Amino acid sequence: MIPAAFDYLRPQTLEEAVNLLVQHGETAKLLAGGHSLIPALKLRLAQPKTVIDIGRIADLSYIREEDGRIAVGAMTTHRAIEASALLEEKCPLLPEVARHVGDVQVRNRGTLGGSLVHADPAADWPAAILALNAEVVTVGPKGPRVIAAKIFFIDLFQTALRPDEILREIRVPVTAKSVAYVKTVQRASGFAIAGVAVVVKAAAKTVSVGITGVAAKAYRATAVETKLAGQPLSAENIAAAAARAANRIEPLGDIHASAEYRAHLARLNTRRALGVAASRA
Amino acid sequence: MKTSVNIRVNGTLRTHDVEPRVLLVHFLRDLCGLTGTHVGCETTLCGACTVLLNGQAVKACTILAVQADGGEVTTIEGLASNGRLHPVQEAFWECHGLQCGFCTPGMILASVELLQHNPQPSREEIAHAIDGNLCRCTGYSHIIDAVQCAAKKMAQPGEAK
Ligand SMILES: Cc1cc2nc3c(=O)[nH]c(=O)nc-3n(C[C@H](O)[C@H](O)[C@H](O)COP(=O)(O)OP(=O)(O)OC[C@H]3O[C@@H](n4cnc5c(N)ncnc54)[C@H](O)[C@@H]3O)c2cc1C
Ligand code: FES
Ligand code: FES
Repeated sequence: MIPAAFDYLRPQTLEEAVNLLVQHGETAKLLAGGHSLIPALKLRLAQPKTVIDIGRIADLSYIREEDGRIAVGAMTTHRAIEASALLEEKCPLLPEVARHVGDVQVRNRGTLGGSLVHADPAADWPAAILALNAEVVTVGPKGPRVIAAKIFFIDLFQTALRPDEILREIRVPVTAKSVAYVKTVQRASGFAIAGVAVVVKAAAKTVSVGITGVAAKAYRATAVETKLAGQPLSAENIAAAAARAANRIEPLGDIHASAEYRAHLARLNTRRALGVAASRA
Repeated sequence: MKTSVNIRVNGTLRTHDVEPRVLLVHFLRDLCGLTGTHVGCETTLCGACTVLLNGQAVKACTILAVQADGGEVTTIEGLASNGRLHPVQEAFWECHGLQCGFCTPGMILASVELLQHNPQPSREEIAHAIDGNLCRCTGYSHIIDAVQCAAKKMAQPGEAK
């Protein structure tokens, strides 16, 4: 399994990378951690003429607190998120989800930005990014743009990112410890058959729920959120709300799980995740 | 178009002109002649190709050599020093951490990385750390024994890390 030949460019700055992207257009592919792109190159599912490696651009890998939010650079690896004391303290959902991504070697290379742009319907991060109401910051020839998570994921492997834009940063809020991620894993690949991320805001009496793996794109389970708004998180209320986790969703069916089973897992994991998050409040 | 790639492999600087599509595992095996790094699945699943890149365990079948340019790689050949096996190698030997040996170089390097930042891992922590390494022979139990045994050896004063 050898990739088809390509030209390799290694910009040193974000500006240079944007210029190269504009210049080479659709014939080029950005390379971050490479853990979605290189497998696709080897299978020749992707055959770009040019690969633009953004791995050497200074200051795309960081986790820092800014204006009451946490900013995570797009090139930050899953591993760095898993190990971040700042996130453990201020946004514990991200390290919790990171532990579920692939294996150590994958986490050492793969990046948060790469995963979000790739938008695999079974990737873990989209569930968390939705539940957290995160924002992504992009940069393109027309300058920066801020996109809300809820409008970022468009469809299977499709996002709101324009072809000449680079994802630069992900911004998440500071949260309490009352968060949880519950995933049913596809053992052979490590990806999610149904992954549910929950953020409980005890004071505001609201919850937010992001679900991945179940449909063509990750989604917010708004029917669950509305049902629980203002309600105490009793076992009965949680069960009644979680029963709506796959309402108005077209679940995917494949050899790993039928559409019906995926919908069942969405409901089950939502109930479990709400229970765990509530117990941490 | 070929580009020049410089990688310090087991302490020795290796320079080769390669096409950008050349994978790190082929750079190591075909150009450096270091065939201890195995190719199992070629699909990032089995971990047989695991090496340390700048101290981190990575799957060399899923990294372009150009991405490792300027970096430092440790392969299984680089672990022994002064004719003496690394404590993790000794422990795999003593605890029957291998049978056919195909997964072993990758298992050992993943374990070395674990012990660098967690010198006393629990069995669960070891299992989490070798989650990306498949073994078709041992059933993993002896591998976990071996990593715990290595941890004890490395805690001895004066032992190589
Ligand atoms: C064996 C294996 C198991 C895995 N298991 C899981 C799992 O359990 N859960 C999970 O969620 N994921 C899993 N993954 C995927 C992994 O998380 C990837 O790291 C991730 O999907 C892609 O990130 P990357 O940095 O490697 O991106 P790359 O592969 O470098 O890029 C992916 C795509 O995004 C584009 N891109 C990358 N960065 C940017 C940017 N900053 N701006 C614009 N475009 C960009 C690239 O052009 C490319 O099209 C697994 C992967 C492997 C190989
Ligand atoms: S050969 Fe690289 S993971 Fe199997
Ligand atoms: S010893 Fe044979 S694959 Fe592990």
